[in-house]
Amino acid sequence: MGAIYKFMESILPFSWIHFNFMKNALIAIILISPLFGLIGTMIVNNKMSFFSDALGHSALTGIAIGVVLGIGNYMISMLLFAILFALAISGVIQSNVSSPDTVIGVFSSMGVALGIVILSIKGGFSKYSGYLIGDILSITPKELLTLAVTLVLILILWSLCFNKLMLSSLNSDLALSRQINVKLYKNIFVLIIALIVTVSIKWVGMLIINSLLVIPAASAKNVANDMKSYHIFSVLFSVISGLSGLILSYYIGTSAGATIVLISATIFLFTFLSKKAGNGKA
Amino acid sequence: MTIRGADKNKCHCSVKIINLGVVRGGHRILKDISFSVKHSEIMALVGKNGAGKTTILKSIINTVPHTGRVEFFNSDGKMILSPQIGYVPQKLSFERDTPITVLDLFCTNSTRFPIWMGHSEKRKQRAYEILSKVGAQDQINKKIGRLSGGELQRVMLAFALEPMPDILLLDEPVSAIDKTGVTIFYKLITEMREEFHMPVIMVSHDFDQVSKYATSYALIDGTLVETGKASEMTKSPKVRKTFGISLDTGGF
Repeated sequence: MGAIYKFMESILPFSWIHFNFMKNALIAIILISPLFGLIGTMIVNNKMSFFSDALGHSALTGIAIGVVLGIGNYMISMLLFAILFALAISGVIQSNVSSPDTVIGVFSSMGVALGIVILSIKGGFSKYSGYLIGDILSITPKELLTLAVTLVLILILWSLCFNKLMLSSLNSDLALSRQINVKLYKNIFVLIIALIVTVSIKWVGMLIINSLLVIPAASAKNVANDMKSYHIFSVLFSVISGLSGLILSYYIGTSAGATIVLISATIFLFTFLSKKAGNGKA
Repeated sequence: MTIRGADKNKCHCSVKIINLGVVRGGHRILKDISFSVKHSEIMALVGKNGAGKTTILKSIINTVPHTGRVEFFNSDGKMILSPQIGYVPQKLSFERDTPITVLDLFCTNSTRFPIWMGHSEKRKQRAYEILSKVGAQDQINKKIGRLSGGELQRVMLAFALEPMPDILLLDEPVSAIDKTGVTIFYKLITEMREEFHMPVIMVSHDFDQVSKYATSYALIDGTLVETGKASEMTKSPKVRKTFGISLDTGGF
């Protein structure tokens, strides 16, 4: 870790780089943001932004269950609950009784409420309120390592599944006619969202995690012409807003996560206007 | 495998549908459907909306639970256990502004290499070759949302031809897409049916196209009502009754 720190100090001529917490946060952003940009495109394509939002909300119940069961590492209870929650949502949606947005809305609020109720039983909710907005500056080198390993795994899994997932989302019968196990791939997708939300929620925060997943991809969609440029833009927007948001938050003393979201939303506004101008010409 | 100029008398490729039945939500949607389609034949499934035409296609693809059997045979008449199915769906579900090009679409199926990383020259060339077969090579870099209905249908046909399928299933869109596009599409199918080793089954809503381009028809109404030569379809009293065409008006 020392070597990485030294390297960062030597290439970045800023005063803030001398703080280890800023170096850790910077590494975390470099790890998380490209993957958020990458996976966000499929969430946007499949109109699943409410779904990933609900998964973020379920994290609170996951933590609560971890506390009740006395599990030291909330990551495990969060992940297991998020997977269970995601499969339950998919199951209820597939039963066709209510429309998907209603089902997701109900689950999402339930995820938050249940978490708050359990955590506030002894009046100690404030201890966990950090999960709401996250604190990327508190990440430790050990946690960075866990994050890096998980993200590499997600990246490999994502790369292997992407084409089949894409075809399944365009037309599931067409995918099935090509012997693609649509259900399996959709579940893998849900699992990947649950995994990325779980491992990063402590640093990014429940309230804004979904913005980081969705906004860069939505901005990229406004300006891209094909799948490659869509992903390049999405990753680029995600990294740019991540890095500049972190640095800006240092200088103006604001929450890093929320600052990142605001920059990312500004990028969206610009891409939206450029698309609108383009459409006007055509 | 592609064999150009396949001799239809020597080719035994076919698909047999035997006693197909589908029950969904306690309702019997299809029962006792049996027919077979051979090399160079284009069987059109006709019938009213909700008669079960698309469900037959879905049973062949094996995406709906069904009773009965669907058997595929290759050009030597041997049964194929895991057939390649070329399927042209009614519609794709995507937003028109999704940045996915025709080339991207092609590569989703032809390679595991993630399409967001770009495409190799070899893949591009292969996609170009297949698109050329349906006259859609100029669309290769266009977003699929920018294609007209007929163009998208031809692109989907090219998609269905790679790898060369043992059967081709076409589900025509209900809403009429551009007429010229549809005509080009059916002409292509007609040209291909002799050239390649595959029977064709299509769901169509356009009687003109069926009588012009299909070789046979099957009238479906929850079960198989009748089959016959496509050229004689419009004379069939059962077909006329189903579609409410009076016997004395003569035409459609």
